[in-house]
Amino acid sequence: MNFLGEVARWFADPAHWQGANGIPTRLEEHVLMSLIATAVAALVALPIGLLLGHYGVGGAIAINISNIGRALPSFAILVLLVQLVGIGAIPAFIALVALAIPPIVTNSFVGMRDVDPELRDAARGLGFRESRTLLRVELPNAMPVVMAGIRTAGVQVVATATLAALVGWGGLGRYIVDGIANRNFVEVFAGAVLVALLAAAAEIGLAVLQYVLTPAGLRSRIKQERQAAVSIQAQAEPAR
Amino acid sequence: MLLAAQDPWIRWDWVQSHTQRITDATVQHIELTAIAVGLGFLLAVPIGLFAWRYRKGRGAVLSVAGALYTIPSLALFALLVPYTGLTFVTAEIGLVSYTLLILVRNIVVGLDGVPAEVRDAARGMGFRTGAQLLRVELPLALPVIMAGVRIATVTTIGLVTITALIGEGGLGQLILDGLVRDFRTPLVVGGVLSIALAILCDVGLGFLQRAITPWSHA
Repeated sequence: MNFLGEVARWFADPAHWQGANGIPTRLEEHVLMSLIATAVAALVALPIGLLLGHYGVGGAIAINISNIGRALPSFAILVLLVQLVGIGAIPAFIALVALAIPPIVTNSFVGMRDVDPELRDAARGLGFRESRTLLRVELPNAMPVVMAGIRTAGVQVVATATLAALVGWGGLGRYIVDGIANRNFVEVFAGAVLVALLAAAAEIGLAVLQYVLTPAGLRSRIKQERQAAVSIQAQAEPAR
Repeated sequence: MLLAAQDPWIRWDWVQSHTQRITDATVQHIELTAIAVGLGFLLAVPIGLFAWRYRKGRGAVLSVAGALYTIPSLALFALLVPYTGLTFVTAEIGLVSYTLLILVRNIVVGLDGVPAEVRDAARGMGFRTGAQLLRVELPLALPVIMAGVRIATVTTIGLVTITALIGEGGLGQLILDGLVRDFRTPLVVGGVLSIALAILCDVGLGFLQRAITPWSHA
């Protein structure tokens, strides 16, 4: 039997669809961990990036935080953070949140800075308070870029959560790590397929969210932003 | 786990008695990175030029690059393992794919960024296609291409640590060793050195980028 046939058999085996090491359980762990980590990172990072961008202060910090974040090997960071906090779900969670914060801070800062200053003036001229200017004028205009940051962070979290299998956590990375340990390459391959599919689903899901949250009139900008993001050296995304 | 509580962050006697191993791991890390970036660059130039020149090819090349880029590195390595085993080749195929994706993208975007007026002026001055590419377009695209080299290098340094899992990991090998033996010192040494190497290359290539393209920075 050829190799891919064995992989197909692995997927067809009902034993792999139940119990604590079954696909549904591992998938649920991976998805929940990624969702919560990305959401918590957004809750921490968005206020920082949006406020710094609104007041136009701390630009050097906001930009450099993601340059540094980009440079750091996520595996080394994950392992060292886990050493600080201990083995298990919570340390992995903290590490994932820490890795997801930089791109969100930087993109929300850049997005806010790039809002046409005339719009800000107009809002002030209309008597908008600061908070209303920020939330009703600047944020909607900055949305394509802000959401691009969350998209980058989210996909990165899904990828890094795979590595968390190495530091005693579950998720889909378990199949790859355990498979390698046992020289069971069918399991390794199946796990890799699942992880790749989940990463693609995260990318597509967050792209849809980005589209939905961007005001209808600005949606044509999403594509432009993605192209522009590549050309601005500081913003190109690293692989995980 | 109980041991971990008493295990110090670093035991200098271990570091002293393993300097050779630490040096070897660092050298291997740099080698794996250099091969991946070098090979990736050699492949990326023709592919990037092709994708830039032929509009039909471009969409396909960039979307394939984008889609592959979404695949987490551990998964990509794992997909290769059944075919190429737990070997150096597997590690390099994975690493080169990532550097290739980054570099092709930056070459295309960099060349795209050359203003149409500049291109027209070059043609008006009688440049042939080849000379125009070498003396006008590539120099103007250089800052973005160099940024690609920088990102590719730093990214690869991070990815090499992960290739430890498939047997060829440079400093990642020390990290993995520490994890497996539940012994902090190699883990901390490998982790800290790989982080230091990444930052050093990021800063170094940043300076190089500015030095060879002085016109691109205010």
